[in-house]
Amino acid sequence: MSSGRDIRRLSLILLFAPFTLWIVLLIALPHMGMIVLSLREKVAPRVYEYGLGNYIAFAQEPIYWNTLMRTGSMSLLVTVLALLIGFPVAYYIAKIAGHRTRGALFLIILIPLWVSDLIRAFGWILLLRETGVVSTLLQWSGLAGGPVEFLYTDATVVMGLVYTVILFMIVPLVSTLDGMDNAMIEAGYNLGGSGFTVLRRIIIPYAMPGIVSGCIVTFMLTAGSYLTPILLGGKNSSWFTEQIYDQFITRYNWESGAAFGFLLLAFTSLVVWIGLKLSGQTLASTVARS
Amino acid sequence: MRLKATLAGALVATLVSGVASAETLRLLTWGSYAPEEVIRLFEEKYPDIKVEVTFSNNEEMIAKLRATGGAGFDLAQPSHDRIYAVQMEYDIYKPLDLSKIDTSNMEPKLLDGVKANTTIDGNVYAVPHQWGTSGLMVDKTKAPDLKSWADLCDPQYKGRTSMRLRRTILLGTAFAMGEDPFATYADLGKYQELLDKVADKLITCKDNIKAYWKGGDDLSAMMLSGEIVASETWDSTAFKLYSENQNIVFVPPETGALAWIDTFAIPRKGAADEAAYKWINFVLQPEIVTMMSASTGALASIKGAQELLPADKQAAVKAAFTPADIDNLKFFANIPPGVEDMEGKTLEKIQAATSN
Repeated sequence: MSSGRDIRRLSLILLFAPFTLWIVLLIALPHMGMIVLSLREKVAPRVYEYGLGNYIAFAQEPIYWNTLMRTGSMSLLVTVLALLIGFPVAYYIAKIAGHRTRGALFLIILIPLWVSDLIRAFGWILLLRETGVVSTLLQWSGLAGGPVEFLYTDATVVMGLVYTVILFMIVPLVSTLDGMDNAMIEAGYNLGGSGFTVLRRIIIPYAMPGIVSGCIVTFMLTAGSYLTPILLGGKNSSWFTEQIYDQFITRYNWESGAAFGFLLLAFTSLVVWIGLKLSGQTLASTVARS
Repeated sequence: MRLKATLAGALVATLVSGVASAETLRLLTWGSYAPEEVIRLFEEKYPDIKVEVTFSNNEEMIAKLRATGGAGFDLAQPSHDRIYAVQMEYDIYKPLDLSKIDTSNMEPKLLDGVKANTTIDGNVYAVPHQWGTSGLMVDKTKAPDLKSWADLCDPQYKGRTSMRLRRTILLGTAFAMGEDPFATYADLGKYQELLDKVADKLITCKDNIKAYWKGGDDLSAMMLSGEIVASETWDSTAFKLYSENQNIVFVPPETGALAWIDTFAIPRKGAADEAAYKWINFVLQPEIVTMMSASTGALASIKGAQELLPADKQAAVKAAFTPADIDNLKFFANIPPGVEDMEGKTLEKIQAATSN
């Protein structure tokens, strides 16, 4: 009896050991180190003091504020676009497509993920640059009189980001919608509901956990992305992760870079919290059901 | 479980590399500074040394060494102006034993310059390896008259020029305004005033710029495709393009091209000093210099280095520099502590400013 319980306890410990190690070694410890680092201020070469100077410097510099707000609002836009495009796709895969095509469709959506972010961004550059494929085609077909530059605008950045993250919207949506009984939709129609009513009152409420968790993931990924905004962005665009990189690498200012990192984490967490409150969901319910 | 095994594997790997024996020379250097052929010849000559290369740039080299307090690499190649303040601040290099380096063949002007820049408490921390300049790259057929940093902002080339938003263009623009930024390093208040003026100038110039380039590859693509007609550039990038299109030449700005010297410095916790000295002496031999320059596009810091360039690079250099241009070179001055922050803020201001 008791040995059986010991074995069960031991296997539980062994099961959780890798997870605990991962959380402690790769997430908790580095973040604690970063907090300490962000509270240090350089007063002279090799001399440091503890204080809130790095956070105060952020508050006093509008450039940093604006960049953070810009990053936040563009990430929200990307999230909304990814939801608007991703929802019909997910609905088609989960509810309309046959069993066999479903697997194939899912695979087609997964394939771009096998290619790295960098290569995908370069793909866009090849297509969109002034001497690129799209511009050449437009000129050849007579739709454009001269070379057209599609790169280096905020619209390009948003498009590139939507393309990069949309997968993380579709996957949770498909798995939520998959669990929905078709009878519920049929019942909605039988009771005289129009397509829109069924969508608004049955499908969306049922899919809410998937929508919310998809939104959280895409928003976090977008706000924390680095390559796509840098490579596709123009001379006026700046992304908050770029500020963090600059602080760490080109300005040797690890202290303020660490503070910026925490500000980004706090900001995105706040946005997610507000989103959860507004949609009436909790983190536990969305994660559990999608 | 698999994660655990991976972790254990990673730990073992770290431990093993931490106690690397004298047989491994871990080189931290620039993208083209360790051609395969040179490594092969070196390993043939010293069969007991294995060369491991990590490619990087100035800022990342310093960040990597700073993270470990100077461990993990046995030889680094930062630029001459990036050593003094970094060493004062983070203590990541060890003094060189000059008796182990064959300096007899080095170009005295460059050797003395680097020594003067990197001596702390009587210890020398670096010797020169490759040098080159930053200046302008121009398509002769489309922008024949462009010859000053300020010409990049000339409205007749609107939307057809580029630059890298880094400190080089700040310094170049300051020179083009008739100032000497290096002279104001002694008084940082004055340097800030100068930076503010430079920022205003570059913000008005933003309309003229197609895009800021980020690395040699995107600059080359924009220039070769004709999307831009002129740009701020490294001379080595311009020399590479010259071999593909002879209309693209390097133009030293009339106020003087800005010259950098990439050096050899030994990290403080480097574990293979002897091998590092062997590498330094090996790559400065004339026959190796030609191979090295073919890869880097830059000149070695030894006497008569120009004659040792491969033929196509020699032609590109001849098309770019007159002896007067060489005399007019402005070598980057040591960056005093604090300047990186001031320049960083200025660059942020320029990036954040809006234009059409």
